[in-house]
This record gives sequence, C-alpha cells and structure tokens, in this order.
Amino acid sequence: MPLELFTVGEPIADTKAPRDVPIKDRWNERRFRARLVNPANRRRLSVIVVGTGLAGGSAAATLAEMGYRVKNFWFQDSPRRAHSVAAQGGINAAKNYRNDGDSVHRLFYDTVKGGDFRSREDNVHRLAEVSTAIIDQCVAQGVPFAREYGGLLDNRSFGGAQVSRTFYARGQTGQQLLYGAYQALERQIGLGNVEQHPRTEMLDLIVVDGRARGIVVRHLITGEITSHMADVVVLASGGYSNVFYLSTNAKGSNVTAAWRAHKRGALFANPCYTQIHPTCIPVSGDYQSKLTLMSESLRNDGRVWVPKERGDTRDPREIPEDERDYYLERIYPAFGNLVPRDIASRQAKNVCDEGRGVGPNGLGVYLDFSDAIQRLGKKAIEAKYGNLFDMYNRITGEDAYETGMRIYPAVHYTMGGLWVDYDLQSTIPGLFVIGEANFSDHGANRLGASALMQGLADGYFVLPNTINDYLADGPFPKVDATHPAVVEAEQGVRAQTEKLLSINGTRTVASFHRELGKLMWDLCGMERSEESLRKALDRIPEIRQEFWTNVKVSGEQGIFNQNLEHAGRVADFIELAELMCVDALHRNESCGGHFRAESQTPEGEALRDDENFAYVAAWEYTPEGVPPVLHREALEYEYVHLAQRSYK
Amino acid sequence: MMSLTLRIWRQRDRTQKGKMVTYHVTDVSPDMSFLEMLDVLNEKLILDGDDPVAFDHDCREGICGSCGLMINGIAHGPEQATVCQLHMRSFKDGDVLDIEPWRSGGFPVVKDLAVDRSAFDRIISAGGFISVPTGTAPDAHAVPVPKKDADAAFDAATCIGCGACVAACPNGSAMLFTAAKVAHLGLLPQGQPERDARVLKMVGQQDAEDFGGCSNIGECSAVCPKGISMETISRLNHDLLGALRAGAVPTS
Repeated sequence: MPLELFTVGEPIADTKAPRDVPIKDRWNERRFRARLVNPANRRRLSVIVVGTGLAGGSAAATLAEMGYRVKNFWFQDSPRRAHSVAAQGGINAAKNYRNDGDSVHRLFYDTVKGGDFRSREDNVHRLAEVSTAIIDQCVAQGVPFAREYGGLLDNRSFGGAQVSRTFYARGQTGQQLLYGAYQALERQIGLGNVEQHPRTEMLDLIVVDGRARGIVVRHLITGEITSHMADVVVLASGGYSNVFYLSTNAKGSNVTAAWRAHKRGALFANPCYTQIHPTCIPVSGDYQSKLTLMSESLRNDGRVWVPKERGDTRDPREIPEDERDYYLERIYPAFGNLVPRDIASRQAKNVCDEGRGVGPNGLGVYLDFSDAIQRLGKKAIEAKYGNLFDMYNRITGEDAYETGMRIYPAVHYTMGGLWVDYDLQSTIPGLFVIGEANFSDHGANRLGASALMQGLADGYFVLPNTINDYLADGPFPKVDATHPAVVEAEQGVRAQTEKLLSINGTRTVASFHRELGKLMWDLCGMERSEESLRKALDRIPEIRQEFWTNVKVSGEQGIFNQNLEHAGRVADFIELAELMCVDALHRNESCGGHFRAESQTPEGEALRDDENFAYVAAWEYTPEGVPPVLHREALEYEYVHLAQRSYK
Repeated sequence: MMSLTLRIWRQRDRTQKGKMVTYHVTDVSPDMSFLEMLDVLNEKLILDGDDPVAFDHDCREGICGSCGLMINGIAHGPEQATVCQLHMRSFKDGDVLDIEPWRSGGFPVVKDLAVDRSAFDRIISAGGFISVPTGTAPDAHAVPVPKKDADAAFDAATCIGCGACVAACPNGSAMLFTAAKVAHLGLLPQGQPERDARVLKMVGQQDAEDFGGCSNIGECSAVCPKGISMETISRLNHDLLGALRAGAVPTS
C-alpha cells in the first residue's frame, strides 16, 4: 500500500468493557462499576441530544425521565419525521417465544457471524442481552405489534437466522417503534424536562479543554446561527447512505453532524462498510430523487431471473422458460433466491454488467411471481404482499401480478460511523454517539431487523447507564458565548455559510450531489477494486475543487433556504467520499458489504483476510492535502470462531 | 413527455403576504413523482437566479408525513396517497395545476408551500402517550391483547401526522388526527389507566390551538393517505363522553 494515501497512528482499544469477567457478565459488571449521579444532582446536569430517531428519541426521553436537563435538536419540523419511521421489516429480540432454540448467546453469535467477523464481541453480546427488554418497553408504550389469535406476539424469520425472533407491525415496524419513542419524548417535553429545538441543524461541535461542551446550530427557518452548551453531547444523527445521492434514505438524511464532530477530533470508523439492499425499484430517469425498497420478504415467493441473451427486450411474458436464466438458483442451488443481501446484490450487478439487465436502462432484473401465483393462487400472494404490489404499481405504473417486478440493488444502510468505546463514547470525551451514527455493532454487514434493535438498545438502555459515569465528574465549568472556542466555532459556521452563498457559479448543488453519487456507486459501490478506487480518489478532489469555485446556491442566509442546507451537506459528503475510498482501498480484503474484486474465492465469493485485517479502521481527520491517519483497534474473538461464509 | 402550467403559492415568510405565481414546466415524464417534478422546476429557478419553491419533504416513500400540498383544491392531489407517492401519470399534457400549502389557521405558512404543524406535536404532548418510563415494563407477554383489538389499534396508529385531514376539512378541524391517537391507545389494555385523562387533555389542547370543530363531514378521511377511518372520531366522542360522565372536568 503506497504511503501517501494515509499514515498509521497509535492503535486504539476499548478500555471500558470489563474483560476480566466472562462475556455474559460484562454488561452487569460495567453497570456496577460505572459511577452514578444521584437524582438531586441530575437536575444540575444538562445533555444535548442531536436527532430524534429511534436512538435519539429514546435517549432524549429516557435521560429526561431520569432527571437530566435535556436539550433536543432536529432538522425536520417534528421529531416524528426521523428516518427510522421508514423501516419496514421488524426488530429482533432473543425472547425465544417460539421455543425454537433461541437465546441471547445465539443472537449474539448470529450477529457476529452475520457481520462477517468485523464487530466487537462485547458490544454485540450486550445488544443481544438488552434486546428482550426493548420489546417489553415498546409493548408497554402501546406499540401495536402483530399478534396471534391467542393475544400473544407473533414472530417471523429474517435473513441470517434459523430461528423466528423478529417482532413486527405489518410492514411499518419502524414507524410504530418510532412513535413509541416520540410519544415518550413528547411526554417529557410537556412536563418541561426537554427543551425542544425543531428545524435546527447542527453545524459544528464545540470542544472546550478537551471536552465536548456544545454545538453550533443554524435555525432553518430564520437562518439564525447560535451556540448551545451542555455538560455532554450525544449525537444520534443517523447514517450517510446519501453520499451515493440515490439511496433508500430520506432526502434530508446527512452526515454533517457526525462529519463536523470528526473534524473536531472524533475518529471515524470503517467508513467503507455500506449495505446494499438487493430488492429496490430501479432508477427510471435522471430526475430520480430517491430509491424505494421492496421488502426482502418477497424473495420467499419471487424468482429472480434475466434473459439468457443480452439485449433481449421482449415483454417478459413472451420469453420462454428455456431462454431465461434463474441465475441465483443456478449459482447457489442450496439457498437459491434466499441468499444473503450482499450476494444477491452483487450477482444482480454481474448479470447487468454482462448486458443482460432488463428495463429502460438495462439496470434491473426480474422478480417473478408467476410460479407462486400458479401454485398458491393470486389471492394468497395478495394477502401476503398486497401492499408491496400496490406500492410498486403506484411508483412504476405496472401491474406486478402480470409482469413481475423489476428490481435492482440500492444503498440502504451504513455500518461505518464515529468510533465509540463500550460506553458509546467517542474519542472526544463527553461526545457520545448512538444508533446508525456510530460504527455500531454490525461489523461489515448488518442482518435484517437488527438496526431497530440497535437504535433502541443504545437509546433506552445502554447510553442512559453509561453516560452517568462521565457525568459523575460534572457539572463542568460554565462556558459562555464569549469563550474563544465558541467564538471560533460560530465564526467558522458563519464563514462557510457566507462562502457558499457568495460563489454564485454555474452548477446547482444537486448536480454536484448527483455526480458524486454516481461516481461513488460506480467506483466504490457493490464491488471495489484498486483501479476503481484510485480513479475515484483522482476525481473526488476535482469535484471538491469545482464545488467550492462553481456551485450556485440560491437565496440568502436569513430565510428558510433549503438549497443552502443541501449545499452544506453535499460539501461534507464530498469530504466523506474521499475517506470512504481511502478506507476501501486500504482494506485489501472482502468482508460483508465491502467486496474487493482482488479478494475473492475461486467461486467469486468474498474472501476475508483475518491475518491482516481483523481490526476496526478508525480514521483521524487531517486537513486537505494531508493524508488521514489510521488507528487500528484489533478485534479479538474469544467466543465466536472465525469461519468463511458459504451459501452454496 | 408533458408540459404543464403551475400556479404556485409564493410567500417569503410568515409575516408577509403571499400570492399565486405562474410557472411553465416542460419535458415532464409520467414516471416522475409530483415532488420530482417540483425538483426539476427548482433546478431551473436556481440556475435562472430565482428563489426555488420551498416545500417540506423527507422520506419520499409515503411514511414520514413531511410532504403535503393542495393540488387543485384537493389535499395531496387526485390519488389517496401522499404527494411524494403521486406520479405525473395522474395528470395529462397541458393541465393547469393550482398548488397551495395546507390552508388552516392551525398551520401558519412558514414559506411558500411549507407550513408549521407543531400544533400536532402539542396535542400529542398533552396526552397522546402511555406513561411508562424506560425500564418499568413487565414482560411483553404478561398482558395478552386480543388480535382484533391489536389490529384495530394498528390501523389507527398508522396516522403519519401529515395534516391533510385539517387541510381538507371545511372547518379546519384536527379531529381525525386527535381521534386516531385516542383510538390507538384506548383500544389497548396498556392504555386504559390514562384513557379518561388522555382524551380530555388532547381535546383540550386541540381546542386551544387554532383548529375548528368537527361537524362529521368526512373530507378528512377521504383524503387521508393512510385511510384513517371516521370510526376513530366516534371512538373519541365515546371516550370523551365517558370521561365527562365519570365526573371529569373538561380542560377547555
């Protein structure tokens, strides 16, 4: 690896998990050893929480219930809009209500293995432990989970598991869980325990004497830039899939809060770990603004195929059976259409690269239900997936009962994020990071129904226990608006805003975002190679240069200016994209969602290199032109044995 | 490809007067969503040095509840779905469309097509919850819930808080929104202890906001992208009456 790409710094390690006791006792032991803050003192301590999704909403509500003074910030109009609302499938928990052999240990094991052995055992075990309490909490809040006729909770199975441990609320589990947290949060707002800041975007982190003490924000309606102080700052600002422009994320989802914290010294871990979901509705034109997921469950009854001949544009119904290639069934006879997400996605890309893709731009494959309809009848398929067929029809105008669906992979989730220790504290003391924003418990690949579990575990149960240990040293000395660190941060935000508005070039923000997204999708997407990544690394600095000299941002600072918001976010995505490519290039192995063309088995499957890469890559920010610094956290597996995944 | 004439409500901020402004869009693909069509217009406005049209939107898959516009006087336009799920194939070449923000005293205009719906959050804050601090819950199976109750609660709980019900109502009433939450929580055993207090507080807050009263017209349910039923309003009235008869004092 050429040295100019990055330099290597000191290794890092988590020091908070009590590794002197067995793994099953560590969370209990950590809670016992962590210092507490008595209820009277909590009232004197303030916490900033950025974000109101499953992690942020549940954390803000819980910390307020405990008696801390909470200030909660979000950029949408209401906390109920956070993108967790869009999660469809379900939430895992080791309840073993099915009596099918599930346990905390099995959920722990499945998650470490599903993550392709690139996650930290201690964190994953804790996640499995607290999973059961999440379901209890949500049911008590009135979350209307699916139930059986006996009145007890229903379960289903998801990829990567042989047990039924997924709880769900039709195809809207994220919405219902989010509303549970939102209602708990609104209750605390009503009681005066949470100061709310809607339509407010975090644009910098204020660090004083080595501790995170506040944030600089812009009010999106008035344009007012202000600073807010607290004893501790919690980021729950979500993932960065929108670096690809087109993804299943909401339009507003962005990396800005996390990235600005990174620029203040928080290490960013495993940025190249991105999850690509195989079943999304394909792109239909240049105007396309986002991609829509079609639940993975469709692969239970749908068969994936493309024509055998390239350039075959016949109506799918006119293509005879022997001229179709059911490629997943052909390549993976044991798992067929139900191979894991990363594999199904990569094979769809392969057949389209061969020129056998279908649909207007050749970037699609068929998901065909005609066999299932013949076998079970249209009614049965309608009962199972009716809402998905309706959604497909609304978006494409096609009747999928007749024609089948056209699907293509799309970016869906990011496993990378700010590095945190067992307490969920970043490398900046007093900055905690929860939910998708941290580098999380999913390693190199997240299993279905585990994102909701992690967000709520962090917010309801983990952070509220670990944050006390930090706050036991508080309250910290008061920081006022005249402190040099505050003045400097605010000035930086003002300067950037003014700069963006003054360039007045010839290209729109969206055109840069689309160009960056396409480049990342083509060169740092489902398959990466040294060649593609070097190409991306040549091009990204040019995009950055052009952005800062030729972007055209409309309007003014002092009004509701969505174009200005977008400009700031795209500026950060461009910087993040470069780090993602460096990370992807340095990790010369394939693991989970990171597939390097150079590192595959003779059958074309992902080939890990445990000897050289069994570590978390945590990156230190360096100014433009100086290569980033890599800090390695070695991953040790005491309880789960390293093994190669195979689905043949 | 289609060409359309758009007459869009433009208003700089809450304090200034607004007006309808006419724009022409060409090369509109029938596969575009309504919001993507507005994106294309905005790209053009930006390059021309004009102020793009502000509108709230986020998930663009019909679940976050951010988006919402009046199209030719109908909340969310001609399909019973959020505008992000409305596609241009629902219109035809040459159409003239009036595009306005939600019109209601309870939802002041923020800018152009974006409105302030924080009144909805205040209604939830007043009582739209079950008081259960984190960590206090019994096992999830401790209380069975009949499937039909759980399903009915779910149907009410699918409300996305978009505000179309208010915008469509001739009285500007928020009754369907409030009723959906009252019904969702009131149908579950977990919601019983606070059932009386909840309905009183939520209705009290709704009345304190700038919403009108409900006269059972049903426009709300007809435009609701989640199809929340008028039956939830009956439930609310039932619960309200029950709470008052039990001797509660209304809060407004």
